[in-house]
Amino acid sequence: MSAASAEAMTIPRRRSLCLPLGVLALLGLVALLLSVTLGSAALSLGDVWAVVGGEGSPLARTLILELRIPRSLSAFAVGGLLAVAGGLMQVLLRNPLADPYVLGLSGGASVGALAAMLAGLGGAVISGSAFAGAFLSTLLVFGLAHGTGSWTPSRLLLTGVVVAAGWGAVITLMLAISPAERLPGMLYWLMGDLSYARSPWPPLALLLLICLLLAPLGRSLNVMARGPLQAAALGVNVRPLEWMIYLAASVLTAMAVTTAGSIGFVGLVVPHMLRLVLGNDQRLILPACALAGGILLVLADTLARTLIAPEQLPVGVITALLGVPTFLFLLYRSR
Amino acid sequence: MNRLEISELVVNVPGRRDGRPLSLSVEPGQVWGVLGPNGAGKTTLLHTLAGLRAPRAGRVLVDGRPLAALSRRQVARTLGLVFQERHDGFPATVRETALIGRHPWLSPWQMEGAEDLRLAEAALERLDVDHLAERLVSTLSGGERQRLAIATVLTQAPNIWLADEPSNHLDLHHQTAVMALLSEQAAQGKAVMMCLHDLNLAARWCDHLLLLYPGGEACWGPAERMLVPAALERLYGQRLATAKIDGAPVFVPVR
Repeated sequence: MSAASAEAMTIPRRRSLCLPLGVLALLGLVALLLSVTLGSAALSLGDVWAVVGGEGSPLARTLILELRIPRSLSAFAVGGLLAVAGGLMQVLLRNPLADPYVLGLSGGASVGALAAMLAGLGGAVISGSAFAGAFLSTLLVFGLAHGTGSWTPSRLLLTGVVVAAGWGAVITLMLAISPAERLPGMLYWLMGDLSYARSPWPPLALLLLICLLLAPLGRSLNVMARGPLQAAALGVNVRPLEWMIYLAASVLTAMAVTTAGSIGFVGLVVPHMLRLVLGNDQRLILPACALAGGILLVLADTLARTLIAPEQLPVGVITALLGVPTFLFLLYRSR
Repeated sequence: MNRLEISELVVNVPGRRDGRPLSLSVEPGQVWGVLGPNGAGKTTLLHTLAGLRAPRAGRVLVDGRPLAALSRRQVARTLGLVFQERHDGFPATVRETALIGRHPWLSPWQMEGAEDLRLAEAALERLDVDHLAERLVSTLSGGERQRLAIATVLTQAPNIWLADEPSNHLDLHHQTAVMALLSEQAAQGKAVMMCLHDLNLAARWCDHLLLLYPGGEACWGPAERMLVPAALERLYGQRLATAKIDGAPVFVPVR
């Protein structure tokens, strides 16, 4: 291979970041359009265009502006939040298994939400309670893993796994003792359900904010992925960066579960798929996670709404059914 | 060029009493070897000198400024450390790995440029791993990884080199090549300190030696004064036979 082409291949240039991100952004737009037009009542692109332009029938206006667009944007935001959170956790723990689910964050949020449902409380309280649960779990895992000794990725991972198992038991207990009429709602919430989503703007704004915050830290994260000692020797302030990553991942997860319930799999699989295809430069992977996670969840939610319309499926089932074979295929084909 | 000064330093080796505080100065142009048996605290010393661990007592100074007062970034621009152990996080190519040596020199918003790439390529070539540039690090042999680690620090271009057993895993030719590289760095005015297990490499390539005894005792000075068979035998608890070959003393363990 000539020197010039080698250079073009591996030197990280802004250009080489722009192409994959541009493609993903385009795909994201297509996915959003698809999700707005498809549904129990199919709409044409022309209908959507008319409504966006301020015309169209009142029914189409309500359907698009008040139901489909907010829901699609919420799905996009939640998918992005989960994927970025997973990508961050994997860098922090230098472990491909890390994601908000494995580390018990989603479990904590679920317990919070189910407790609110069990008490018969409504939407806003459920969200707040889920948020509190996610943060409780964060503090618990990070505090316990810190302990009195040294703080190692395997220790943090083990603490997270055990805490997650604990939450799992609490969830099962709650399901067992809850009255039958509340069970469907709870189960839907556990598998992820975007019909709970209200305004898409808070999660979207958070996703954008965190991506902007992470942009200048990309290279530091690349160095961090090689271990804290190596990173410190190369000039990274390791401890503050670790705390920042963990906090960012926690806030992202808490917001995601608060918006749409506990959707597994996105945080684990999307970053890995992207790493298999795009390499390991976090400057590219993290924004790509935001877009690809969004795309995956928008498509999954569209399927969840349309497959057995007018009934709906929990979106978490679809993400797993779509994600598992894709991931296994990519893993099988990779070196 | 920078000098590394160690003042009344007691390295924090868990479970060991203080021993003799170290006070020495690694001047530009000097090559220091650190010798000692397993567990004597050689790696801990190097990590302390790089500011990765706090000492129990004493100070480390770069050009008279305490290490603790410098930012991590400033330290990384001055001082490079070749680690003995390396962990692969995510898959990365050899070229990407060498390029992270430029990290302390780039601002957060800056991407690696042509000049950074040139430095990395030159370092890979110098360590004879340029033909592996596209390979994943996880597919390399132990010796190739060791050379890559040294190439990464060469890309970092520090004025003070700390190397933890740089000859580990290397074949004879590459041992010599790496030692020649380190003494060439010293000849260019860099200060070099390395831990070594091979007495003969130390005798051949180091002009100053620091002997670390297991109990925390230590002595240091010019190599010719330190290479006393009796002192070395006590250091390793091993009888040695001595000969002189090619102008340098050679030590062979006696059965």
